[in-house]
Amino acid sequence: MNGHGFFGYRRENGRVGIRNHVVILPLDDLSNAAAEAVAHHIKGTLALPHAYGRLQFGEDLELFFRTLIGTGSNPNVAACVVIGIEPEWTGRVVDGIAGTGKPVAGFAIERNGDISTIAAASRKAKEFLQEASAYQREACSIEELFISVKCGESDTTSGLGSCPAVGNLIDKLDPLGATTCFGETTELTGAEVVCASRAASQDVSDRFMQVFRAYQEVVERHKTNDLSDSQPTKGNIAGGLTTIEEKAFGNLQKIGRKTKYIDVLKPAEAPSRGPGLYYMDTSSAAAECITLQAAAGFVVHLFPTGQGNIVGHPILPVIKLTANPRTARTMSEHIDLDVSGLLRRELTLDAAGDLLIDMTLRTCNGRLTSAEALGHREFVLTKLYQSA
Amino acid sequence: MATQCIVHDKADSVGVVVVEDVQPGMELTGWIMETDETVKLQALDAVPLGHKVALRDIKAGETILKYGHDIGRAVADIGCGRHVHTHNLKTKRW
Repeated sequence: MNGHGFFGYRRENGRVGIRNHVVILPLDDLSNAAAEAVAHHIKGTLALPHAYGRLQFGEDLELFFRTLIGTGSNPNVAACVVIGIEPEWTGRVVDGIAGTGKPVAGFAIERNGDISTIAAASRKAKEFLQEASAYQREACSIEELFISVKCGESDTTSGLGSCPAVGNLIDKLDPLGATTCFGETTELTGAEVVCASRAASQDVSDRFMQVFRAYQEVVERHKTNDLSDSQPTKGNIAGGLTTIEEKAFGNLQKIGRKTKYIDVLKPAEAPSRGPGLYYMDTSSAAAECITLQAAAGFVVHLFPTGQGNIVGHPILPVIKLTANPRTARTMSEHIDLDVSGLLRRELTLDAAGDLLIDMTLRTCNGRLTSAEALGHREFVLTKLYQSA
Repeated sequence: MATQCIVHDKADSVGVVVVEDVQPGMELTGWIMETDETVKLQALDAVPLGHKVALRDIKAGETILKYGHDIGRAVADIGCGRHVHTHNLKTKRW
């Protein structure tokens, strides 16, 4: 696999993106209408409406800012227009994104109203879009690639085929210097001891167990039953998964057989220890997890599914693979790579991993994923507790 | 050889049906991935694609193994060849 590279957009801070979006980012729920109006007006820009940004506080507010600033800073974003109800928090997001060196501008609605704000933001968005459209892809190497993974609507075929195929890719690209990330804290329940043993050091292992126990406390505090109505999901159960332990061992196949994770990240925290596999403390809900990984700077996502989760993300291309032959047949428009041959023993795991590497690099070079082509743009912020 | 059932680990008490039409009485060929061995068993229930079949007789209260690991507890006696799912297997967590 040595010498395998791709063509990406090298940004001002040296990081590499595989898409070239001009994002119109609302600071808060109130600013969604203006952001969507700008994106409607300036074709080719992308609004990221979301539900939050008012009266959050403490750790939840920090996560909110980390997610918004991280999303705007993602190398798949060429430039960003931020629109908020008031100038102070808007400015905080603009300043955070400006740290990357990319073009960014902020607009506040108070004392201007929606219409004037939309006009001013549209002029800036048009300027950014024309600049970005002239950017060229350059030859990039695997060491510059940040790949996140998360599975969804899993069934037993996920643990047999699609998750091990992702694991095979990680085992092959980790020695080449790729930066990779997995998460889904609650969904490792039952497999947490095995997961802890895959940490690169005792310290990292201990920190994994700390975040694992903290998430278990959240479940214990709020649960009304054994979670058998939500984890496994109804789709998981229809697909043959019975318990959270069984689901967890299937999930963990995504990190391969030998790669060790080198750090434990907070939700939406950017990796800072160089190339390698990272664990991120996330929810196991697909759009929440992917949104956090996008905010941490990952530029391409691998998503094994069993029963057919159809999630996408506005700026992070999500590649779907399945080993379930019925899903590959009945939901083919959502599936980028069919590895059901693994179950028929027509395809080896090694070959499936190579096919996934090929699909990943083609996606990095510009091939749209099924989720992108179908317009799946799930941008879902993780909220830790009630607002003030 | 056609495979109707895949087993992760030699120690496992269940295998996964990987075809869509397993009916009671059907002879199943199972492939153990870890050791590349073959096992034979007879299905006693209709088992849908992706669902588990017991590879041996399992007593109520016994731990069920998959991936070579504990995935929960049998809450009923389960005969070899029977469908294993939420009606006879429960989590030990939460």
